[in-house]
Amino acid sequence: MSITAETTETGTKGFGGVQARSEEAINASRISIRNLEFFYGENRALKGIDFEIPDRQVTGMIGPSGCGKSTLLRVLNRMYSLYPGQRATGEVMMDGENIIAPDTDLNALRAKVGMVFQKPTPFPMTIHENIAFGIRLHEKLSKSQMDERIEWALTRAAIWDEVKDRLDASALGLSGGQQQRLCIARTIAVRPEVILFDEPTSALDPISTLKIEELIDELKRDFTLVIVTHNMQQAARCADQVAFFYLGELIEVAPAVQMFTAPKHPKTQEYITGRFG
Amino acid sequence: MPNEHIVRSYDEELRRLRDMVARMGGLAERQVAESTRALVRRDTDLATEVVGRDAQIDALEREVEAYCVRLLALRQPMAADLRVIIAAMKASNDLERIGDYASNAAKRAVVLASLPAIGSLAGFERMAQLVQENLKAAMDAFVNNDAEAARRVWEADEPVDAIYNGIFRELLTFMMEDPRNISAATHMLFIAKNLERIGDHTTNIAERIYYAVRGDNITEERPKADQSAFAVVRPAGD
Repeated sequence: MSITAETTETGTKGFGGVQARSEEAINASRISIRNLEFFYGENRALKGIDFEIPDRQVTGMIGPSGCGKSTLLRVLNRMYSLYPGQRATGEVMMDGENIIAPDTDLNALRAKVGMVFQKPTPFPMTIHENIAFGIRLHEKLSKSQMDERIEWALTRAAIWDEVKDRLDASALGLSGGQQQRLCIARTIAVRPEVILFDEPTSALDPISTLKIEELIDELKRDFTLVIVTHNMQQAARCADQVAFFYLGELIEVAPAVQMFTAPKHPKTQEYITGRFG
Repeated sequence: MPNEHIVRSYDEELRRLRDMVARMGGLAERQVAESTRALVRRDTDLATEVVGRDAQIDALEREVEAYCVRLLALRQPMAADLRVIIAAMKASNDLERIGDYASNAAKRAVVLASLPAIGSLAGFERMAQLVQENLKAAMDAFVNNDAEAARRVWEADEPVDAIYNGIFRELLTFMMEDPRNISAATHMLFIAKNLERIGDHTTNIAERIYYAVRGDNITEERPKADQSAFAVVRPAGD
């Protein structure tokens, strides 16, 4: 059984007939997903997913626990290949390549598709080394180039001012919110094209959360972003396009404004208004 | 809404909001009915009561608004919940205006009771009855979350406009016949216009309800029959 999501037209009329088109325009597709199925052993966790992820915008993925949203995120950088018994079928096209094909170069893919996790995961090294470590895997840079790149990444991640005087201190001494921004800096330091966020703020306080959201808004100018979140308000604040998953199926995709004011599918409506989940 | 919220008290609060708006609607209906009765019966006591009661509608409007702000702040409503709260807030504005129009009509009824009667008031009674019926239907649509009923209300305003046209032309004739009619006829014209505006606010409410239920707007043009803006006055004997 495969359910095609109701992709809704952009430019619906808002309250009182006010057009909200400019805020709802969705960019051209960066990643095209066709009939994607995912299996944990015998268990089918994603069912016939057809989905476009727009270039340099934020795609929010929402749905109750076990709906498949994190699974889809793990497909996008082939994280699942680390585990035996997990496999995907179908097509995930990026730059003319099917990234779930067996011959995909996983190192190259993961340099192109970075990921930020729920809990900050700094390495037990200095702040400087946390960033430099990943860069060295992919590029040979001189010391000055490296310093420049590290400053660039930390600046883009909105943490440079807070750490510039203690780059040689351990990253473990940073606060949770700072650690998460450090992880984002580490991710963008290798200059990926797509960044995946798996509930990036669920372990953070409200101020750190807002800083990360601000950062996401900033990063979408250069990167294609996909964010999985349980926080509906966060999806509403950050995402341009929102996808609702339920029991492994993609139920509805729509511009965020439409999704949170007038979703088409009754299941979406029930979930986002807090009637189940 | 097929299911209940996981948080029960939220359902309670939304129900209470609907009740508050319905109560406001009931009060507005009564004001319209009694202001017209006061006019027809030349009953200045009843008219004064209507004027005095307007403060209750104003107070209810403030209550609805404060309650909506509270719901927005505490529940961060989404989708249908958000739409119904916005609709309640907007509808309460329309109901407050309807109350103002009824109260203004009652004030004019007091003046008219002291002037000689001109013409028939049957048109006023008919108009008041129609706008009341529509207002009641709109409130029922709001309480029952019924978009189709709201659309019917939205479409049902045309006869109100038609009666208003008739009254406008009739009063114009009275004024041309005898300038001593001008004072009374002008007050009556304002009352007719008030009733016509009440009809328009009721269609606004119907549009809000439609949006709250469906999530989209009624897109076609509303049928309208008010032609009075194009009426031409020619001096007698021309």
